[in-house]
Amino acid sequence: METPRINQDRIRKYLEQGKRFDGRKFDEFREITIETGASKKAEGSARVKIGNTEVIVGVKMDLATPYPDSPDKGNLMVTAELLPLSSDRFESGPPSIESIELARIIDRMIRESKFIELDKLCIKEGEKVWNIFIDIYSINADGNLLDAAGIGTVAALKNAKIPKYDKETEKVVFGEWTNEKLPVKKETPLSITFHKIGNHFIVDPTQEEEDASETRVTIGSSDGVISSMQKGNHVPLSVEELDHIFDMSEKAWKYLISKIEKHLK
Amino acid sequence: MAKKDSFERPDGRAVDETRKMSAKVGVVENADGSAMFSFGDTVAIAAVYGPRKMHPQHMQDMEKGTLRYNYNMFSFSVTERIRPGPSRRSQEISKISQWAIEPVVMIDKFPGNVIDVYVSIIQANASTRCAGINAAALALAHAGIPMKDMVSSVSIGKLDKQLVVDLSKAEEDWEEGEGATDIPITMTGDGKITHIQLDGKIETKQLKEAVRLARKACKDIYEIQKKALKESVDLKEK
Repeated sequence: METPRINQDRIRKYLEQGKRFDGRKFDEFREITIETGASKKAEGSARVKIGNTEVIVGVKMDLATPYPDSPDKGNLMVTAELLPLSSDRFESGPPSIESIELARIIDRMIRESKFIELDKLCIKEGEKVWNIFIDIYSINADGNLLDAAGIGTVAALKNAKIPKYDKETEKVVFGEWTNEKLPVKKETPLSITFHKIGNHFIVDPTQEEEDASETRVTIGSSDGVISSMQKGNHVPLSVEELDHIFDMSEKAWKYLISKIEKHLK
Repeated sequence: MAKKDSFERPDGRAVDETRKMSAKVGVVENADGSAMFSFGDTVAIAAVYGPRKMHPQHMQDMEKGTLRYNYNMFSFSVTERIRPGPSRRSQEISKISQWAIEPVVMIDKFPGNVIDVYVSIIQANASTRCAGINAAALALAHAGIPMKDMVSSVSIGKLDKQLVVDLSKAEEDWEEGEGATDIPITMTGDGKITHIQLDGKIETKQLKEAVRLARKACKDIYEIQKKALKESVDLKEK
C-alpha cells in the first residue's frame, strides 16, 4: 500500500527536527544480518536482512564462449526480480523498470569496481570462459532493496566456489564443487543510496521514508574510489548538494563495511 | 587542471571542447514538436505527441499529467547490429531520461493527459543518451509545452587521469592507465542537476571538478538549443 500523503508530510516534519520515526540518525542503517550459503545448489549465495527488508542473492556459473573483444575474460550478468510475494506493490509479469534498474545498478557496481577477477576465469583463450550469473530476489520489501541487494551480491560472491570441470568431457559437473573460491579482490565495493527528503539526506530508508523520498543518488565505491553512480527520481539537485553527497559517501562506506565485515569472511 | 597541451585526444580536440554540435527543430512533420541534435557523429531525433488523453485509462493520474519517454537505437546506428526492440539498457535509459526532463515540464497543467517523447538514435558515436535528451528538450519547447526551464545534457569523461568534455566512442573505449570513466550529466538552465550517472573509477575531488566542467559545457549547449528555437520562430514569421 502506498504511504498516505499525511505520513509523508509527517516524515518531512520530523526530519526538519532532526528525527526519524524509528529514532535512527540520518546516516544510520537498520540492523543488518547476513547468512551465507542460503541456497545450497548455488555456487554461492547469501540472505541479507536490513531491518525488515530481506533479499536472497545467488551466484551460478557456467561455461561459455567469450566475447570477441575480451577473449580471455569471463563474463558477468546480473538480474533481479522484485517478487510479488515480497510486497503487494509488485505484480507478476515481465521485468518491471524498477527491477531492471536495480539489476543494472548492482551490475555496474560490481563490473566497474573490477571486484571479480574476470581474467582468472579463462579456461581456453578465445574458446571457453566462465560466465558468472548473479540473480537477486526480494523476499520482503521494506525500503532500500538496492543497498540490501548490493550487500547480498558481495556476500554471495565472496562465498562462491568454482564448480568441478571435467577436462575430458569438457563439461561442468553441476552439483559438485572444487575447493577453489571465486577469485575476487580484497577491496569490497558497496552501493549506498542517499535519499533527499525536504532539505535533508538520509540513508537506508524504510518503505515509508522511501515513499517520501524526492530523489536518490546511489554510489558504488570502495574506500574513497567511486566506480558507479546513478541519480534516480525527479527532483533536481544543486551542485552543492551533490558535493555534499560525494563527501558523505566515503564516510558511509567505512561505516557500512565495519558493520558487515565480520559476516564477509 | 586541464593540461591542454600535453594531453592528446584521438580527434585532436582540447580537453574542454565538445564535438561540433548542431540542432534543428521541425524535423518530423506529423509530430506536435520535433528536433534533431548531434554531437559530431552522434545524431538523435526526438518527436513529441501531446498532451493527449492517457491510455490505458486506469493509468491516468488525475492530479498531474504524465511524461512518457521512449529511447531506442536504430539497429544499424552502431558497428555491430543491435537487435530491434527494447532492451534492458534502452528501458533504463528511457527512465533516467524521463527523470532528467520531467522537472522542467509543467505536467501539472495536464491532469489525466500524457505527453509522449520518442527519441531515436540514428547514428551512434557515444553520448547518445545526452544527444537524445537535448533533442527531446528542444522538441518539447517546439511543441509549445509549457516549460519552467531548458535542460542540456553532456558527457564528461576521465581518460586515465585526465578529465575531458563530450566523450566520443574511441574515448569510451580508452584502455591506457585507469581506462575510461563515463559521466553523463543533465542540467537545467539555472545549474541544477536533473540527471547524473557514472561508471569507471574516480575520486571525490575529481568528480566535483567533473560536475563543474559539465556546468560550463551545458551552458554552451543551451545556446545552441536556444538558437535552433529562435531560427524556427524567425522562419515562421517570414
